Amino acid sequence: MLRFLLRRLAMLVATLLVSSFVIYGSLYLAPGNPIAALTGGRTPSPEAIAILEARYNLDEPFLVRYGLWLKGAVTGDLGVSIPLRQEVSDLITQRAGVTAALVLYASLIILVVGIGLGLLAGLRAGAVDTTVVVVTTISAAFPAFVAAIVLLLVFAVNLGWFPATGEGDGFVDTIRHMTLPAVALGFTSMALVARVTRSSVREELGREHVQTARSRGIPFRLIVRRHVLRNAAIPITTIAGLTIASLIAVAAVVERAFAMNGLGAYLVTAASNKDFAVVQGIALVLVAAFVIMNTVVDLLYALLDPRVKVGSRAQ
Amino acid sequence: MSVPGLRGTGLLGHVCAAVIVLALIVGAVGAWIAPHDPDFVDLDLAYVGPFADHLIGFDGRGRDLLSRLLAGARTSLLGPVAVVAVAVTVGTLLAVAAAWFGGMFDTIVSAALDVLFAFPGILIAIVVAAVFGPSLRSAVLALAVAYTPYIARVLRGSALRERAQLYIAALEVQGLAAVAICVRHLIPNILGLIVAQGAVLFGYAMVDLAAISFLGLGVQTPQADWGVMVSEGRNGVLQGYPLESLAAGLCIVVVVVAVNLLGERLTDRAQRGAR
Amino acid sequence: MTPLLSIDDLTVQLSVEGDLRTVLHGVSLEISAGEAVGLVGESGSGKSMTARAVSRILPSGAVTFGSISFDGRDVSALRGGALRQYRGEVAMIFQDPRAHTNPVRTIGDFMTEALRTNRGVPGVEARRRAAALLEEVGITEGDRRLRQHPHELSSGMLQRVMIATALLTEPRLLLADEPTTALDVTTQAEVMAILDDLRRERGLALLFITHDLELAGAVCDRTAVMYAGQIVEVQAAGTLHDRPRHPYTAALVAARPRIDAMATRLAAIPGRPLSAFEAPAGCAFATRCLHVQDRCREARPALRPLGDGVVRCIRAEELVGV
Repeated sequence: MLRFLLRRLAMLVATLLVSSFVIYGSLYLAPGNPIAALTGGRTPSPEAIAILEARYNLDEPFLVRYGLWLKGAVTGDLGVSIPLRQEVSDLITQRAGVTAALVLYASLIILVVGIGLGLLAGLRAGAVDTTVVVVTTISAAFPAFVAAIVLLLVFAVNLGWFPATGEGDGFVDTIRHMTLPAVALGFTSMALVARVTRSSVREELGREHVQTARSRGIPFRLIVRRHVLRNAAIPITTIAGLTIASLIAVAAVVERAFAMNGLGAYLVTAASNKDFAVVQGIALVLVAAFVIMNTVVDLLYALLDPRVKVGSRAQ
Repeated sequence: MSVPGLRGTGLLGHVCAAVIVLALIVGAVGAWIAPHDPDFVDLDLAYVGPFADHLIGFDGRGRDLLSRLLAGARTSLLGPVAVVAVAVTVGTLLAVAAAWFGGMFDTIVSAALDVLFAFPGILIAIVVAAVFGPSLRSAVLALAVAYTPYIARVLRGSALRERAQLYIAALEVQGLAAVAICVRHLIPNILGLIVAQGAVLFGYAMVDLAAISFLGLGVQTPQADWGVMVSEGRNGVLQGYPLESLAAGLCIVVVVVAVNLLGERLTDRAQRGAR
Repeated sequence: MTPLLSIDDLTVQLSVEGDLRTVLHGVSLEISAGEAVGLVGESGSGKSMTARAVSRILPSGAVTFGSISFDGRDVSALRGGALRQYRGEVAMIFQDPRAHTNPVRTIGDFMTEALRTNRGVPGVEARRRAAALLEEVGITEGDRRLRQHPHELSSGMLQRVMIATALLTEPRLLLADEPTTALDVTTQAEVMAILDDLRRERGLALLFITHDLELAGAVCDRTAVMYAGQIVEVQAAGTLHDRPRHPYTAALVAARPRIDAMATRLAAIPGRPLSAFEAPAGCAFATRCLHVQDRCREARPALRPLGDGVVRCIRAEELVGV
């Protein structure tokens, strides 16, 4: 287990290194020189150029610059947003909470509703099952931004149950503000988790070891808990983990739709303004979160399935 | 009655295929069959409901909604087609090459694909938009890069299994060139899976591309596009005129449902065929 | 003396794609306390389905006629606690131990589950008993084994775990469904010997399902032969092999490769085995029988006493010695 853990961690670090390089390097593909890029196309004064060159080590070779940036990033220094004249790390910490809360809330909905619906459909053939299959087929096709608009229309504009925009203050108000965005964000993934839960519950119910448990007089309720759910937890964890990780990027869309001040929405603004320091910083944070989530899923998978000790996730 | 390419997908598969084909035709000719000029602005008609031959009314700038939906089908549908075409072509080439050469080449390709997996498609699109400026072309390029590893990884597995088949060895012994074996035998034998994967990805591409346009980083206003329309209609939603967003959103959902259902059936069929 | 298990005119239909298909047709069999009965037949003849009906684990949607009673209780009427109690008294050993154990649970969890759940035995005590039984089936270091997972054990060892687990609830009847078929040839004999010894020591009744006539003869008191969902013959296990009374049994005996006789060709049974739902109206074996006559096809022969057993063939007497 320890060796598996170490190897997985080494892979994590390697992926983070390569992705940080790609993020840093890709912005140098932009047409025009870095000064123009950094100042968003305005013509800076010669002093400004000198200061920017020194601040961003532009007189150093590319690899050295990357090294210095990475060193800064590891210590929490992601440089300065030129248009805003603010530390990138400050800009990020101000908004990371909103995105994190949104993703967390959506994950909760995905797990509770998705697994619940999947279980219901898996254990109850017939009308219940058909209903769940139809509902999830449709909700799986509802992109987050369309779901957001529909929720906005029905629950904010028409019914007035939830506010249409903003993040809210304090716990209760935050929950009120975040409910619609979280549902919109989790809409597709919830359906995916429900369908995987349904099919793996079906599959496990038909397994021979369930027959053994039946033949030994274990009550059905316990068979479901100890054997069916426990074993189905392996594929469910995998799909839930992967789709929840993907929410980190999709959050941008939902934040936009509900005019929330989160990381994703800010990344989009920064990209439109060509505020490269901010784009680099946020992209790095989001990719790191995504990669770490995926690693956690892999580790969970190994914990849940005693047959996986050597690594290599089953496809 | 059964269309050869859809054998074994059932009635639902045929219905879905019909919806998709219809959507693609609209995507190709929509701008020409639009009853009105989709870009003609008349602010006096903003948010006016269905009227005469304006079947679903006007948007917030007084443009004819139906015409904009028809015209917007082009980027909304042909954009994803381009993404899938690039990703499937590159992905298949990489997968087959990796499976064929194996060894070091395979290791490098697989490692590179693993790194690409660390980047969600929308994130790549945002970074590309920052670098090259927001445009449909940037978005298509970004999504093609993001989807290639998915295609390549799935196909590499099947290509490897196919590569190990005895008939391939027999062809090699007969002195056939590697390219000829791959093009004439190996790729045709995994074609079912390639098509199924393409269909599944088309659904994802459509959603992601619309999302990118929704964010303002894909198709640019005032051009009509379903993703852009959902975004532009958001103000109308808040003021109680939801028709633009809903109509565009519904178009997206209907096509995606059809694509997902067909993709599922094609995947089932490909897996049944592999057994 | 009333038998421990008595199956009377059991007919089972399974629903296959909306159709009901007969898989067992009028099966009757009795097993006394401590008696071992072999159930022999080809795949699809209904052997396993009989055991599943006894242990009440038929697939959902199955329709059952006839009766099964155990120790005077009507098995089909058992519910809740009474059914759990019954399942402790009738333990089943399956063909493929790997598929029949939950891969993500430890051996200890697997073995003690029924004791802890249905008998309220505390975990520590249940594990102590499990380790002791492992010792009896020849598995040492019981405590360590209990912490392992199924994939860490060989199939032979896993089947011994299965046997120990079946014995843990102190049953009175064992249902063993081809317990050695999925194992390596080298471990088959070993596992069979363990099963046979432990059964005799404890005086358990056994329903032993196999396709191997000779193996059934070696471990059982009586052998029943099944074909197309029916029992076609029952007689003492020791004599069945040398004195088959039903043409199907005779064909089975002849189809076995023998070491003592240098046969140039094996006598294969012509045609393929039929399932109950495809069987013809008359004698089910008529399509493959070497001795078939027109009257065989007219009506389904009844199971009738002959010598010390029963047989379902109208020509049984004339065919003796043929």
